[in-house]
Order: sequence, then structure tokens, then C-alpha cells
Amino acid sequence: MTRDGDDLRVRVWRGGTDGAFQDFRVPHRPDQTVLDVVTWIQRHLAPGLAYRFACRVGMCGSCAMTVNGRPRWTCRSHVADVANGGRLDIEPLANLPIIRDLVADLTPFFEKWQGARGRFVPSAGRGDPTAAIAPSEPRRRQADLAVECINCAVCYAACDVVAWNGDYLGPAALNRAWVAFNDRRDGAPEELLRAVAGDAGCHGCHSQQSCSRHCPNELDPSRSIAGLKRAGLPAWLRGGDGL
Amino acid sequence: MTALVRHRGHPAYWAFLLHRLSGLLLALFLPAHFLVLGLALDEGAAFGAFIAWSEQPLVKLSEWLLLLALALHLTGGLRLLALEFLPWSERQKALLAASFGGAALFGAGFLFALV
Repeated sequence: MTRDGDDLRVRVWRGGTDGAFQDFRVPHRPDQTVLDVVTWIQRHLAPGLAYRFACRVGMCGSCAMTVNGRPRWTCRSHVADVANGGRLDIEPLANLPIIRDLVADLTPFFEKWQGARGRFVPSAGRGDPTAAIAPSEPRRRQADLAVECINCAVCYAACDVVAWNGDYLGPAALNRAWVAFNDRRDGAPEELLRAVAGDAGCHGCHSQQSCSRHCPNELDPSRSIAGLKRAGLPAWLRGGDGL
Repeated sequence: MTALVRHRGHPAYWAFLLHRLSGLLLALFLPAHFLVLGLALDEGAAFGAFIAWSEQPLVKLSEWLLLLALALHLTGGLRLLALEFLPWSERQKALLAASFGGAALFGAGFLFALV
């Protein structure tokens, strides 16, 4: 526990993969977030410190970092909740290349969204009537449970399967695929199931559920991945190619 | 140690770890198990000697640990089947508790049979 006014002892990752921690002392303030700490360091102690943020209110998903070993959104992580005896270790997200300091390169993460066919394939044209989907429809409700992803990559950084298998699509991309699969306007559900089948897709998941444990939006990618596994089974039994 | 735990300190991860480690242990044990069973067919005396050796307390304890590993692997596997093939349940913690609890009951039962 830290008292307001005490200095926090903060270690911040500097440099690339072969970088090292740099020590800082930062005054502790009431209601201070981890992002506030990083910003304070950049403004007062290390102007060259690279980090990424945008909205500061938990909507954009750009400020995720590893804080005391756990991936978190830093803008809504209060120091009082996460500091360990006044100590904070702040590193870039795991399982991604480091650009510099606290900035991870999210390119592989978003490439995998494409790999999981996380985009909508229309089944109707401009002249067709708008599809009416009631909020109470079971598949719509399934999609609702998974749709609020902010692409922060916290789940991706928390997943050991991502660390073990560089090709594994990861929880966020598979969660997105589950949303698309439950959109009954989607024109190519079987193509989607093919994209997420296999060891690098939903069947690579070991149900460790770290994704669901750490998702800051309290989504449950494990549920989505299990849904994809179940959805793939009847398609495979029907003799679907590549499933 | 802290570096190892990091994001992994939660029950579903422990369940994964136990399932994997118990599976490895059983995979290592099975060839030895079949070898001993094979002795019973071909070399009765050697088999008898092995059975006598296996009455030692330390061997009995290892036997119990193996049974516990088997129970953990079985109940953990049932949990995974439920998780993947049944409609998703919000009660993941209850599922975990049921699988750990089932294995503990099995282990306790075998302990009573052993002593």
C-alpha cells in the first residue's frame, strides 16, 4: 500500500528487446493511473521515453502495457490497485516485437485479425432491404457478448499459446471471428470456420483462460473460442473441406 | 518465481498445468507399467520379486501419487470435454472446483484403500 505523497519507485523498460529497466522516482498522487505515472516520467525526467496512448478513458485500446508482470490497460489501472509496496515495473506488452521503450509493434496482432477473417463478407447488395436482426435473437446475443473488444492486445500478451506458437491467431482475432460467425448476414460462414480451424486457430487453444482473466473489458475470449470449436464440428462432420 | 507466475496465477491456468504435467507423468509411467505386466506372462519369478519390492512404503506413496495424477487427468479431461462440447457455462469456477474436488475424492478413497 502506498500513501499519497510518498514517492513511487518505478522501473521502466528502455530500448528494444535487448534493452533494460531504468529506475525513476515519481510522486504518488490520489487517483493516479499507471498512464499518469508514465506521462509524468516523460514530462519531468525522460523526454525521450516512447509510449502510446490516445483516449485515456478505456475506449481506444492503445495504452496497454505490462505492469508488474501483468498486461493491463494503463489508463484505467489505478496505481493504488496495482503498485506492489510502492513499486511499479512497466514494460511493453509481451508476445509482440518491441519498437522502443514501452511501444510494442502491433503489426502481427492485426495481421492475425485478417488471418482469422475478422471482416464482414456481405450476403446482400445495395438494393436489398436492410436486414432486421432483433436484439433478442440467440446469435445476436452471442455476438453481443463478444463484440465490445477494443483491440488492446492485453489478451494476446497474456496468452501462452501465442508465446509458444508464433502462428497462433490468438484470443482477440478468434473472438472477432466468433462475432462475425454469429452475424447471420455474413455470406461465408464456412470460409470463416476454415480460416480459424487447425492448430494455429481455435483448436490450438489450451483453455488456459488467461485471456478471459485479463481482458479489461471483461469479455470472455475463451467462450468465443469454445464456440468456434463447437461450430466447426458439425461442418467437419458434413465433410467440410479444410476443417 | 514472480516472473514465472506473472499473468498465470489463476485457477484455469493451474488446471492446465496439472493436466499437462499429470499427462506427461502418465505417459512416462505407462511403458514401465506394461513392461511389468509383460513380466507376469513370461517371467513369473521376476514379477513376484517386483511385487514384493513394490510393498515398500515409498513405492506405495509413489503409487498413490500416480493414482492422484490419473484422477486429476481424468477429471480435468472431463472438464475440458464439457467446456468444448457443451453449451458454454458461466460457472467456469464451479467446473474447475468440481474437477479438482472429484480428483481429491478419488485420491482420498485410494489412500484409504492403501492404508
